[in-house]
Amino acid sequence: MIPTDYVLILAAVLFTIGATGVLVRRNALIIFMCVEMMLNSVNLTLVALADLWGNLTGQVFAFVVMAVAAVEVAVGLAIIMAIVRHKDTSNIDEINLLKG
Amino acid sequence: MTLILFAFLALIALASGLGVVLSHNPVHSALSLLLNFASIAVIYFLLHAQFLGVVQVIVYAGAIVVLFLFVVMLIGGDIGPYRHGSRTVTSVIAVGLAAAFLALVVWSVVQVLPMSATPVGAPDAGSVQAVGMALYTDYLVPFELASLLLLVGMLGGIVLARRYQPFAEDETQ
Repeated sequence: MIPTDYVLILAAVLFTIGATGVLVRRNALIIFMCVEMMLNSVNLTLVALADLWGNLTGQVFAFVVMAVAAVEVAVGLAIIMAIVRHKDTSNIDEINLLKG
Repeated sequence: MTLILFAFLALIALASGLGVVLSHNPVHSALSLLLNFASIAVIYFLLHAQFLGVVQVIVYAGAIVVLFLFVVMLIGGDIGPYRHGSRTVTSVIAVGLAAAFLALVVWSVVQVLPMSATPVGAPDAGSVQAVGMALYTDYLVPFELASLLLLVGMLGGIVLARRYQPFAEDETQ
């Protein structure tokens, strides 16, 4: 039996690492990977709390989050590919098509 | 014993998470991400969520990381025009904000949960049978909506990844 607060703190640290990566890195692909890591840490929180309360709702929620993450990756990577084809860069500082 | 295994997996997850952020080669980042997902899958098993552990391996480690690797290979990594540094001031501010956020979350976890609250869940709480039963009875509508979302995402991916054809409209006339 793992104490739940250890898992929650691990998830918080992973989320923070992901958030730092989103803020620091300039490569759109790496930022996307960090977003995935953040989603994953939230899933870890949901599963840990589902285990703590003996309730399956958290696991079902984590399952839905996984489906959304899969869709997000498919669409997001397609967008990144389209941008790279259009602008020939994956640096988010140079991707400013919507800037007036 | 379980706690030692958990500590080991947590160390792997943290190290690989740092590897994703700090690595200069996107391929190394993607492989670190794979290690991160795999260690979290094993933690799911330790938390009696067997079904989610398997789904984590299949969906995240199997599908998502492979998709990332495909795109990294197509784009060509962080070399030449794709090599981006990071700005120092922004990095310092970002790390400070992240540390403050982490302190807030850890503080609230310690406040809310009694220290070392241990779960009461049954060992087979997250078995395929139990999760399947919940998904197909109580959570049928969210499940179907998720499948609809997957369909929409698939169509969106196909449309976005298609090469732009400027003369396609002329041919139809």
